Amino acid sequence: MISPANYVALAAILFVIGGVGVLVRRNALVVFMCVELMLNAVNLAFIAFARLHGDLNGQVIAFFVMVVAAAEVVVGLAILTSIFRARKSASVDDASLLKY
Amino acid sequence: MTHSMILAGSAASNTEVVTFWALAVVAVGAALGMILTRRAVHCAVLLAVVMLILAAMYAMQGAPFLAFVQVIVYTGAVLMLFLFVMMIVGITASDSIVETIKGQRLFAGLAGIALLVLLILVVGHATIGAAAPSGPRNSSLNVNGLARLVFTTYVFPFEITSALLITAALGAMVLAHRERTSPKPTQRMLSTRRVASGRPAPLPGPGTYAQHNAVDMPALLPDGTQSRLSVSSALAGPAGPERGAGRTPIGGQVIAAEPQSGGGAQTAGDEQEEEQ
Repeated sequence: MISPANYVALAAILFVIGGVGVLVRRNALVVFMCVELMLNAVNLAFIAFARLHGDLNGQVIAFFVMVVAAAEVVVGLAILTSIFRARKSASVDDASLLKY
Repeated sequence: MTHSMILAGSAASNTEVVTFWALAVVAVGAALGMILTRRAVHCAVLLAVVMLILAAMYAMQGAPFLAFVQVIVYTGAVLMLFLFVMMIVGITASDSIVETIKGQRLFAGLAGIALLVLLILVVGHATIGAAAPSGPRNSSLNVNGLARLVFTTYVFPFEITSALLITAALGAMVLAHRERTSPKPTQRMLSTRRVASGRPAPLPGPGTYAQHNAVDMPALLPDGTQSRLSVSSALAGPAGPERGAGRTPIGGQVIAAEPQSGGGAQTAGDEQEEEQ
């Protein structure tokens, strides 16, 4: 039987990779994908803890995380398309009107 | 009965160890490739790999319902949405490698390593024991247990979720809607514009059957040269036209194509010729 600690460690690694991706990448679509990766990693940790405790509450929380992530992706991608329509660019550096 | 169950359990746990390590290596590799590859489409495919592996891991941990939801919602819906938006933004959308903030990548990498060390230390120091004995959370009772929790303890967050989904759907419709700033052109205006553009005929089709079974192959003209007009501007590759160039000819761009040799390709290209 593999320990839930292994799953939690894997979740930590995936979370960090997603976080570095958010910091490094400039394409807004890829940034979104990295956020999704981080959410998935957290879900894996939730399910590992649910198994650790023999309790279904963690799985319900992971379920809600999935629902909220789906809603977030829908709105985020709609914002992305409207920004792209206005500025002809999907780079996060170009949406800097409020800066000046 | 119990003995055979224990035996089956140990065999299953060995399988789980092997499966975990195989899948974990692939998942970490795909995630690393996701932040290293430059093209957004490759990122999406690698993310699909990670999500499918996570679904398998959910199933391994006694969460079959969430495994299916993961495949249906994430791999099915969310990634398809990403790919649709990628079609709008352009298939060639890739990152610039120019650092806008000096040393940002270095510091992001350092911060990532620091966070990883911190998290691994936390996980290592925490006493995470063995998993609890399998109870109603796996097997077919998993769905029953989840449904009972969702509709009793978590019924209020569940109802809030419906409001969130409706708001998200409305928001997406509002944000993606485009107000028409000029009146819609009539058919007469369109035909006048087309004749005035000097090219009344439609653009030539791609050379799909000339050499390859791919739509990004340019068609061959009667003199053997490639017709640049025949490849969609969205598909012309990294050397393709600028975004927003619309239907203007692909001027001065080199379309990456296979070297065309052999008379068969030429004759096939001649069949594909268009009236210039």
